[in-house]
Amino acid sequence: MKGYLRPYIGKLVFIWLVALLGIGASIALPLIGKEVIDGPVAHGDQGALLPLGLLALGVGVLEALLTFLRRWAQVGPVLGLETRIRDDLYRHLQRLPMAFHNEWQSGQLLSRATTDLSAIRRFLGFGMLFLVMNILQLTTVTIVLLNMYWPLGLLVAGSAVPIVVVSLRFEKRYILISRRVQDEQGDLATLVEESAIGIRTIKAFGRRHHVFDSFDDSALKVYGTSMEKVRHSARFFTFLEVIPNFTLALVLLLGALAVGGGDLSLGTLVAFTTLMLQLVWPIASLGYILAMSQEAMTAADRVMEVMDTVPEIQDGADTAREPRGHLRFEGVEYRFPGAESPVLDDLWLEVRPGETVAVVGATGSGKTTLTSLVPRLLDPTGGRVTIDGHDVRELELGSLRQIVATAFEEPTLFSMSVRENLTLGHLDSSEEELDAAIRTAQAQFVYDLPWGLDTRIGEQGMSLSGGQRQRLALARAVLSKPRILVLDDTLSALDVETEALVEEALRRVLRDATGIVVAHRASTVLLADKVALLRGGTITHVGTHHELLEAVPEYRELLAQDADLDPSEGALR
Amino acid sequence: MTTPTKAWRGVASEEQDELDEKVSVLLRERSRKLLGDLLKPHKKQIAVLTAIIIVSNMAGLAIPYLVKVGIDEGIPPMLKGTGTGTLLTVVGVILAAAATQALTRQAFLKLSGRIGQDILLELRRRVFDHFQRLSLSFHEKYTSGRVISRLTSDIEAIAELLQSGFDGLVTAVLTMFGTAALLIVLDLHLGLLALIPLPLLLLFTRWFRRQSAIVYRRTRETVALVIVHFVESMTGIRAVQAFRREHRNQEIFKQLNADYRDANARSMQLLAIFMPGIKLIGNVTVAGVLVYGGWLALHQEVTVGVLAAFLLYLRQFYEPMQEISQFYNTLQSAGAALEKLSGVLEERPAVPEPRKPTPLESARGKVRFEDVRFAYTEEMPILPKLDLTIPAGQSVALVGATGAGKTTLAKLISRFYDPAEGRVLLDGVDLTVLDEPTLRRAVVMVTQENFLFSGTVADNIRFGRPDATDREVREAAKAIGAHEFISALPDGYDTEVGKRGGRMSAGQRQLVAFARAFLADPAVLILDEATSSLDVPSERLVQRALRTILADRTALIIAHRLSTVEIADRVLVMERGEIVEDGHPDELIAASGRFASLHRAWIESLS
Ligand SMILES: Nc1ncnc2c1ncn2[C@@H]1O[C@H](COP(=O)(O)OP(=O)(O)OP(=O)(O)O)[C@@H](O)[C@H]1O
Ligand SMILES: Nc1ncnc2c1ncn2[C@@H]1O[C@H](COP(=O)(O)OP(=O)(O)OP(=O)(O)O)[C@@H](O)[C@H]1O
Ligand SMILES: [Mg+2]
Ligand SMILES: [Mg+2]
Repeated sequence: MKGYLRPYIGKLVFIWLVALLGIGASIALPLIGKEVIDGPVAHGDQGALLPLGLLALGVGVLEALLTFLRRWAQVGPVLGLETRIRDDLYRHLQRLPMAFHNEWQSGQLLSRATTDLSAIRRFLGFGMLFLVMNILQLTTVTIVLLNMYWPLGLLVAGSAVPIVVVSLRFEKRYILISRRVQDEQGDLATLVEESAIGIRTIKAFGRRHHVFDSFDDSALKVYGTSMEKVRHSARFFTFLEVIPNFTLALVLLLGALAVGGGDLSLGTLVAFTTLMLQLVWPIASLGYILAMSQEAMTAADRVMEVMDTVPEIQDGADTAREPRGHLRFEGVEYRFPGAESPVLDDLWLEVRPGETVAVVGATGSGKTTLTSLVPRLLDPTGGRVTIDGHDVRELELGSLRQIVATAFEEPTLFSMSVRENLTLGHLDSSEEELDAAIRTAQAQFVYDLPWGLDTRIGEQGMSLSGGQRQRLALARAVLSKPRILVLDDTLSALDVETEALVEEALRRVLRDATGIVVAHRASTVLLADKVALLRGGTITHVGTHHELLEAVPEYRELLAQDADLDPSEGALR
Repeated sequence: MTTPTKAWRGVASEEQDELDEKVSVLLRERSRKLLGDLLKPHKKQIAVLTAIIIVSNMAGLAIPYLVKVGIDEGIPPMLKGTGTGTLLTVVGVILAAAATQALTRQAFLKLSGRIGQDILLELRRRVFDHFQRLSLSFHEKYTSGRVISRLTSDIEAIAELLQSGFDGLVTAVLTMFGTAALLIVLDLHLGLLALIPLPLLLLFTRWFRRQSAIVYRRTRETVALVIVHFVESMTGIRAVQAFRREHRNQEIFKQLNADYRDANARSMQLLAIFMPGIKLIGNVTVAGVLVYGGWLALHQEVTVGVLAAFLLYLRQFYEPMQEISQFYNTLQSAGAALEKLSGVLEERPAVPEPRKPTPLESARGKVRFEDVRFAYTEEMPILPKLDLTIPAGQSVALVGATGAGKTTLAKLISRFYDPAEGRVLLDGVDLTVLDEPTLRRAVVMVTQENFLFSGTVADNIRFGRPDATDREVREAAKAIGAHEFISALPDGYDTEVGKRGGRMSAGQRQLVAFARAFLADPAVLILDEATSSLDVPSERLVQRALRTILADRTALIIAHRLSTVEIADRVLVMERGEIVEDGHPDELIAASGRFASLHRAWIESLS
């Protein structure tokens, strides 16, 4: 946090100075009132009245001016800080690996980037200054009071003791509650997000009420905790108001006695009480400000929780020059965090430059996991993956991910233009390259969209058909002409004829690249030079499609489509 | 959409920065109506609240007055030696007033906090429910990020108003009016002098309102954009990282974040002018009163006590001004949020529920398209003119090139959209006159993109029928061959599927989605590429299950793998939104049309 404040030190000092002067001015004003009563009025000195009036005017204008300066100067640092933290949080989140993102609900991340940061902003822009100013004002006024008439001043100072004690107790409890509220709000945001992204499923099943109920549960939780917060702070706030008022009554009583004893002038008592009334508000608002600072603190904690997560996947040092794309899995093990047994275990596989290997395995056997290891979306928990003999962990991430491109099993598109969806990070692609990629993926339909390549395709590409989305994702993967191309079951949503066309084109692309093709269908397997069978977390067989069909019963079972379902049996009824 | 007012209905005004006077009046009225609507059920509580706060403020206000009385009335007799009785009474009254104030204030804080939370809860419920009612076409344009920003950051802006603002305002307004009255009572001349700047204050406030309305609309809008981008890049983080989009994303985010900052900066700068402005007016008045009051006191026209009280009260008059302006500020910010929320609430579903639904006891499952024309956008008709009858109990396979309109046809049966022309009928009843529960009980669709909610596997399957028992959930999973893998998960059916089902493999997700549909047990089951990510053995299992499942219900199966097609009684081949072939699979294979060649290609692809 401190690092964020550094660039603004100069401005902050200025703000504090101005704020201090402001307090001075606001204290001076009633003192001038006292002067008027004790001076001209008491002595019938008309001539002194006007200068004092002008002084009051000057101080009044000055106070307003100082407030303006303080507020105006605050804008830059406060917003600059918030904006920078948000930028950094976003940058950090983009660096955190998939393992992190699988665990964290985006509602929780979002509430950190918005709600929590604005809590911090409010505190910095307003709370912190007021907190310090209030305390300063309280101490200065108390000092002035002590100077005016010390016995009464001491009384006022003494009233701070219960306030401090209770405040400390309040804080401890409040910090717990406000953390709970903030977490629960994050959960609520998650539910909202799911209900919006999953709207099709909800509608398809007509589960509006069901989803509403779970939202309601969560909203009620927030409600309950917030009410607890309300009750808790109500007690505290009231306490803070009652103390100065009680003290005031005492001051009046003792002050009057002092006036009676001749120790105190009437004008001083008037000024004393006036000044004391000025204490009521700062003390009362202390509760509100303390609450705010607690919230900012919890918010900062929550933000730091994310910021302090060290990305497990760190950049390597090497840049791959002229990679050949010789890919090897060497005794790779992968275990999901917290899982008992590994998904991949002692997996060995070699793909030579220019070669294409089809990875075949049952549903849930770990094919996607295997492909995620190459661009380091996941890092193996044992063994290593190498490209041209270098461990991928030694490579710079950017350069690694330039070598490898993946078409995921889920298209993963964004509500941007077709062009941006295709290029993503590969911003310098030319029109020709785009066109070539589009043709390879048989995605020429994009030219018929209302604005061609500049058409926005809706959230997650939902204004396209399933096959269209998949072809865009494919085009994106081949666009950068990667050395290593990974296709994770990317032809599943295509009709047979389109699939044949795509395969035809892919064959050309794969001739120059190293390829890993995850496939459930024989047709796709045929894209590859050889097939690797993934079973029980390891590659059990490697060979050509026909070799494996002949020799390996498990493989036959996985791929022989018509094993027990011949067409004539199909039409049962 | 030509009249200016119509163009601003619903969420249409969201992207506009500056509005002309007429529209903004309209929007303000709409927000006010919503606010009134939300406050209505709390009328009584608000009345109680007002009573409490009046007592509390009277007590609070009385304190400085009592101090003055103490000084003016209590001290002279004491000085004269006639006793401290008055003084003690006054002190006693002050203590009583302080106690009263404390008690009432606590009651006030609790009650107003409660009302505020009630309103927030109600607002959350209402907006959430409304979003869920709105049609797909709305959601497609609006995007989830905006939904989220409405239900988080906008609600928070209103929460801030209800939490801090309400409290401050009532106190402040009452204090102000009370003080104004007191000032006039204390001394008419001085009182009037003190109130002279009031009109100026009002003018100034009006200026602020105008400016801040613009600024706060802008903050709402910019923060929504930040949220939209944030949510989207986190959702697609896999592609972001794999395709090195981080840098570009950072640039975009930085820009959006800077826009948000600028909007916030404008609002802070406005406040930086407004607040000291108010202070300035107050301080100048104090100086004026000081001179005039001093002069009056000099000429014995007012007592010293009155002058002292005056100075005290004057501060009390202008101090709350700060608070009121603070409140006003939160109000403006909340107003912008209310405007957005009321806009959402004003949106009507494009696929409305019928007012008088036709009852349909148990659907048999006959589906009919009557001259249906459908287009997502007017320029590109997807289904030009569709005529189709599917008798109850028939299993129909729908095949065709990608982008032909198969999913679209399915979505029309599920009434995700209404056709532009023609009708879709279920058992002879137009879908538009069926109420939602009836329709959803009868028709269930497994969408091409299966979505899992975070929660356990069992929760997700049970989504198909929330009242299903654990046994039924298991049976459903068993029936389609998902039981094996689910039992192998660490916690079996109670395993958390993770964010969007991320803990499952693609095929596993599909099986769960399938089990969900199976459990729902509808009369018409639509499967849109429901087995595309499965391996062959799993697919075979599913197909075997389908044969029993589909025996007595209508089914529309969309698939590119023709293995699925072969369990169908009838095949429809779709091309550019038209049915070009229709018949029994064997017949079509035997003939020499599109399907025959598709089938041939498919057989070849298997070898
Ligand atoms: N984040 C995770 N945490 C724990 N287990 C996981 C996680 N992601 C996947 N798994 C498990 O790891 C196994 C392998 O998943 P993976 O996605 O690699 O399968 P797959 O071979 O790609 O399957 P499919 O053909 O269905 O896509 C599955 O059993 C799955 O349940
Ligand atoms: N929400 C939408 N908004 C606008 N256009 C859409 C939308 N959904 C689909 N389309 C367009 O309508 C056409 C038909 O889409 P549909 O999803 O019905 O195809 P499909 O036959 O299911 O294809 P696939 O086999 O690829 O799933 C496509 O050109 C698609 O781009
Ligand atoms: Mg997979
Ligand atoms: Mg489709």
